[in-house]
Amino acid sequence: MISIHNLYKTFHANTINENKVITDLSLKIEDGDFITVIGGNGAGKSTLLNLIAGSIMMDEGKIFIDDVDVSKMIENKRAKYISRVFQDPNSGTCKDLSIEENMSIAKRRGKIRTLRKGILKSEKSEYQNLLKTLDLGLENRLNAKVGLLSGGQRQALTLLMATLVKPNLLLLDEHTAALDPKTAKTVLELTEKIVAENKLTTLMVTHNMKDAINYGNRLIMMNKGKIVLDIKGEEKKNLTVNDLLIRFEASGDDNIISDRMLLD
Amino acid sequence: MNSIIISAISQGLLWAILAIGIHITYRILNISDLTSESAFALGGALVATCIVNGIPPLLATLIATLGGSLAGFVTGFLHTKLKIPSLLAGILSMTGLYSINLRIMGKANIPLNMDDTLLTNAADLLGFTRDRDATIVLGILVAIIIVLGLIWFFNTEFGFSIIATGSNDQMIRANGVNSNVTIIAGLMLSNGLIALSGALVSQYNGYADVGQGIGAIVVGLASVIIGEVIFKNKNFFITLIGIIIGSIIYRLIVALVINTDFISANDMRLFTAIIVAIAIAMTNLNFRKSKVKRS
Ligand SMILES: Nc1ncnc2c1ncn2[C@@H]1O[C@H](COP(=O)(O)OP(=O)(O)OP(=O)(O)O)[C@@H](O)[C@H]1O
Ligand SMILES: [Mg+2]
Repeated sequence: MISIHNLYKTFHANTINENKVITDLSLKIEDGDFITVIGGNGAGKSTLLNLIAGSIMMDEGKIFIDDVDVSKMIENKRAKYISRVFQDPNSGTCKDLSIEENMSIAKRRGKIRTLRKGILKSEKSEYQNLLKTLDLGLENRLNAKVGLLSGGQRQALTLLMATLVKPNLLLLDEHTAALDPKTAKTVLELTEKIVAENKLTTLMVTHNMKDAINYGNRLIMMNKGKIVLDIKGEEKKNLTVNDLLIRFEASGDDNIISDRMLLD
Repeated sequence: MNSIIISAISQGLLWAILAIGIHITYRILNISDLTSESAFALGGALVATCIVNGIPPLLATLIATLGGSLAGFVTGFLHTKLKIPSLLAGILSMTGLYSINLRIMGKANIPLNMDDTLLTNAADLLGFTRDRDATIVLGILVAIIIVLGLIWFFNTEFGFSIIATGSNDQMIRANGVNSNVTIIAGLMLSNGLIALSGALVSQYNGYADVGQGIGAIVVGLASVIIGEVIFKNKNFFITLIGIIIGSIIYRLIVALVINTDFISANDMRLFTAIIVAIAIAMTNLNFRKSKVKRS
């Protein structure tokens, strides 16, 4: 279980640009939860994920991952528990290394890097079998530099890499937003499959309301650095876009919904 | 003519180690590290000071190499821990090292022609009458050791992490690696090699000079780029061989150009800088063109 207590983050504190991005945010994530996160531009979704991952340090608050207090832990230490797929397909992989070399790096997430061989023979067949499940033909290109892959292929690979060592929490930040609609759909379906097969606890930011409704077992909505809606269980299962819109209006802030969320 | 070629090959081999060091920072770590200029001079300063004080040349050369690594560590520390931008961190190290080099040497120039060096040792061992013949054998031996060593190193877990840090530090941190450590390690490796090169070049020249590193980065880059032009399809082994050949070709060009009437040895740095600028501009333009084509 991941529990977040009274999180605060302000950028440029005590300047005219002061920006309170996360204010008093608390959240409990149960094991196996697949939570979709929506909210308008600048609501603080990415910042929340960055705070959880440790790539930005919090001002105040506590984060526990299975009773381990990671609040002060630096990013690369926290990586033992958390894996991520970013919005930019270039962010999750190293373009100068081959597919198998990238996978070997992910295979050692959270482990100390030694002067042992970076990739063992036995790993290669394992990776080949895993790549086959992506059905993108990558299993025959183990030695190809990742820089040669398309954005969708890179996201699919990043997703696979994120689960080579099962994380306590998988963070996905609009990981299909940079892809064309068809590829985005493929990667989303792949996400659902991988999450289900590995029973991964997942936090997925999306700007697409339909996706937020269709995927996952729980939906949270952020506004101005707070969680303003948290829908789970049966209610989440039967949720429609219309329901969501009504709930938003009831919460009394018209700015919550950006145009982007209503498109498509 | 023959002796010009021999000396170009000898010098090319020794300077190639510098170029390989530059490749590690410039191409693998993606950092323009100016420490290199002073690390090259530091190598000369340490090796000469050690040798004139009676330390065996092999040990003196090792000390020089470690000194270069220490300089790389300082730059890495300034950059990663103190958050100073890498370019500035390198400039600070370079500037500070100039004074340190003078302190080490006690004067601006130390002659070595009366002392035993690694090259005279090698000549004795191999039974050559002239040290310069031994340079090629020693140069090739050192090159083989470095190439094999680097290929091994960059295929280890830690080596992968350094490569990944250079092209995407966000990714390597997300995979649990402290990128401060990999950056510092890369800078230490690079500047260690560069100081080794400086130490060998000083022993070849028969003197160490506090100014011998000026322009070293550009010379190293020229060799790297010549290598890349010759061998376009690059795996790491071919890249390293390309750099060594590039370094030798650069020395041949220098020898040819200096023998002409209108360019003197003093013009060489300008000449090299122009060549490097044109070469980098051309690769950038090609890159842009192929990008446009793709989209
Ligand atoms: N590293 C940073 N430094 C300074 N300000 C930041 C930083 N990261 C985010 N911000 C600011 O924090 C606010 C929230 O940004 P964040 O990226 O978390 O929003 P978001 O909900 O992910 O929005 P979007 O839907 O546009 O991705 C914005 O005003 C942004 O400018
Ligand atoms: Mg965002």
